[in-house]
Amino acid sequence: MEGFMYPNEVELQWSVLIVLYPFLTGLVAGAFILASLERVFRVEEVKPTYRLALLTALAFLIVAPMPLQLHLGHPERSLEMYLTPHRTSAMAMFGFVYLWYLMAVLLMEIWLDYRKDIVIFSQTTSGLKRLFYRVLTLGSNNISPGSLHVDDRVGWVITLIGIPSAFMLHGYVGFIFGSVKANPWWSTPLMPVVFLFSAMVSGIALVMLVYMVTSALRKVPIDMRCLDTIAKYLFYTFIIDFTLEMLDLIHRIYEADESFRSLDFMMHTKLFVSQIVLQIFLGTLTPLVLLATTQLFHLSVAVRRRLYVFSGLCTLVGIFAMRWNVVIGGQLFSKSFLGYTTYKVGFVAREGLGPAILLLILPFIILYVLIKLLPPWYEPLPTPSSASAAD
Amino acid sequence: MVPLKDIAHLLRMAAVFLVGLILFLFLRSAFIPKSFGRYGHFRGDAIAEITARPIAYAGHQTCEGCHPEEADTKSKGVHAYVNCESCHGPLAKHADDPASVTPKLPDVATLCFRCHSENIAKPQGFPQVNANEHSGGQLCNTCHQPHSPAITQGAKK
Amino acid sequence: MTISRRQLLVLLPAAAAAWDFVLAGTPEAAPNYNSADHWWGMLLDITKCIGCGSCVRACAMENDVPDGYFRTWVERYHVTDFQIENPTVDSPDGGKEGFPPSEFTSGKNFFVPKFCNHCVDSPCTQVCPVGATFHTADGVVLVDQNYCVGCRYCIQACPYGCRYFHPTKHVADKCTLCYHRIVKGLTTACCESCPTGARQLADLKNPNDPIHAFLKTHSVQVLKPHLATGAKNFYNSLDGSVR
Repeated sequence: MEGFMYPNEVELQWSVLIVLYPFLTGLVAGAFILASLERVFRVEEVKPTYRLALLTALAFLIVAPMPLQLHLGHPERSLEMYLTPHRTSAMAMFGFVYLWYLMAVLLMEIWLDYRKDIVIFSQTTSGLKRLFYRVLTLGSNNISPGSLHVDDRVGWVITLIGIPSAFMLHGYVGFIFGSVKANPWWSTPLMPVVFLFSAMVSGIALVMLVYMVTSALRKVPIDMRCLDTIAKYLFYTFIIDFTLEMLDLIHRIYEADESFRSLDFMMHTKLFVSQIVLQIFLGTLTPLVLLATTQLFHLSVAVRRRLYVFSGLCTLVGIFAMRWNVVIGGQLFSKSFLGYTTYKVGFVAREGLGPAILLLILPFIILYVLIKLLPPWYEPLPTPSSASAAD
Repeated sequence: MVPLKDIAHLLRMAAVFLVGLILFLFLRSAFIPKSFGRYGHFRGDAIAEITARPIAYAGHQTCEGCHPEEADTKSKGVHAYVNCESCHGPLAKHADDPASVTPKLPDVATLCFRCHSENIAKPQGFPQVNANEHSGGQLCNTCHQPHSPAITQGAKK
Repeated sequence: MTISRRQLLVLLPAAAAAWDFVLAGTPEAAPNYNSADHWWGMLLDITKCIGCGSCVRACAMENDVPDGYFRTWVERYHVTDFQIENPTVDSPDGGKEGFPPSEFTSGKNFFVPKFCNHCVDSPCTQVCPVGATFHTADGVVLVDQNYCVGCRYCIQACPYGCRYFHPTKHVADKCTLCYHRIVKGLTTACCESCPTGARQLADLKNPNDPIHAFLKTHSVQVLKPHLATGAKNFYNSLDGSVR
């Protein structure tokens, strides 16, 4: 500890797991927005990534509550948030936003879009897989054009509702921080908006990278029209995100309220690497410049692909750094504005780097399983034989 | 008009949601503590649990009940408003069953100096001394009786 | 078993005193306490605080506060001349063993005891997701240790740094205003052990409480008034430099 801190402030309360949580939900929201580009806004260039984006969102949404459970002092009591939610608490209300988004939006949309595949797989596979698909059909094998048309219409409505739901999912996380008047690093009405746009940036970058990686692994050519369109939307979203973050920064510097000197010092010392190097230079300015070059100049496919990969990776690192700077940064300075502490993070500890890394890998494992069960590649479906169709 | 068979799967899904809702309502009635909401959005029994905490400091009135002489001496001196347990520590257990707990005499060297060692942040009029200058390292109770600390004969400041 | 009269004379008062304390441990032990008749706050007199740390020690002993965590603590301020925006503050181990000699030999120096302000509009109860921290009808903010999930949102939301995460119980913890004492007519442990009367429990609903006359005749402040928390710790002669 340097300077003076209130005695109870020296130890950080929210660890790297709480950094991970907005990162994961942000990826969910961003992936979903990319999917909705095609479904609602008819940007049909990105259709090849529609199902992949949904599955990516689901994989990350499943993992999202896990860092929270590891963090809670009494995870066995976590059901209380659903049983006796305190209506003035953003955290409590978020439990319902999460549940709504998972059940009513994401799972429903995936089910409706894949229903035809599910019914066919329930007739063409065997063993445990068959049971899995049969359960998912809910006992209905109707994949007539009429029923599929109904699915399409209902799915469109769900996606439409899903967009503000995705905004709520991640905007709420921003509000959890932004509404804490005790903490001037967090307390700003811009927080939910900044969180949301950085979420969109990270989610789009993630789907872009997953698409490129899976195409390489499957040894299929990348649809460059799709990839270029994703990169374009990534670029536009990034501009908005960057503008918002700069607005927050300039406003703070200009107004220079009582917290400013302390926060400014913290940013230049304790957060120098994570904020100035990783978040601003590597995570925002670099991808912005690289993406701008791909938009402004005519570059070859090979060069564009490399720039997209590099920009995507920098973006993900940058957005993770942003979450780190908000969560950890908000706890490094004293609310007396007279001192600082350090964040000591272990590796093999319940809230250490070890579990954090595992929780970052887990969604990809889940995504792999989801891709195997619900292939998102729009390949032709097997034809059920007449014998099994009679089931 | 959409034929029923084409929305049957949606109705089945709606049924799944309904089952989920019923399960949720059941969980609520089974697991929400009965006293929750009695006084506000919290478990009413919590107040009783908190007030049931055992008491460690008896309070000076209790001490004075059994130790009137010391109380009287103290009330006439400058430590009149310094409560017994402030120096003697928490003694509710002793008040509860005097024989079972014998209070340990406080360590003079540490105790007196916490209040009376010189410190620029202490209020100006408050009696504070530098240990070595004041008594050459002798213990405070060599000259001062804690219950009535004023030195009446040959007092030096 | 036969008891002589002499033995009875000794045993009866001891038994009565003992019984009082047995009763004190049961929930029904405050049957005459009506929380609606009280509204608790505290008066802190900066002109009287000597930084002895008795309050910090007493609180720790009364409430089993773990080492290194503080339900109350004392801060020492040094202000050089007009530089009220740049005080030097220290609080070695929360002031638990008092304070060592100051490095300063001039300027304005004083002690400030701090603890939960039992705010009327507390940001901590606002953010609790499950209702584990709450207000009582008599104005005390408490934590239900058997319901808290340990999310630590309340600790983040408190502007005063008065909450901590209990290292073994894994729940949020803080000053309870010695609720288990005040409902039985006792004062808080910190006030009981304060040797100078710098800390005084106040029942704002009691018209005879000395705080009413005091508030009329002295300049008092609360900490961080710009956050409008409705704090009920009133500080006499609080300097503008106090964070």
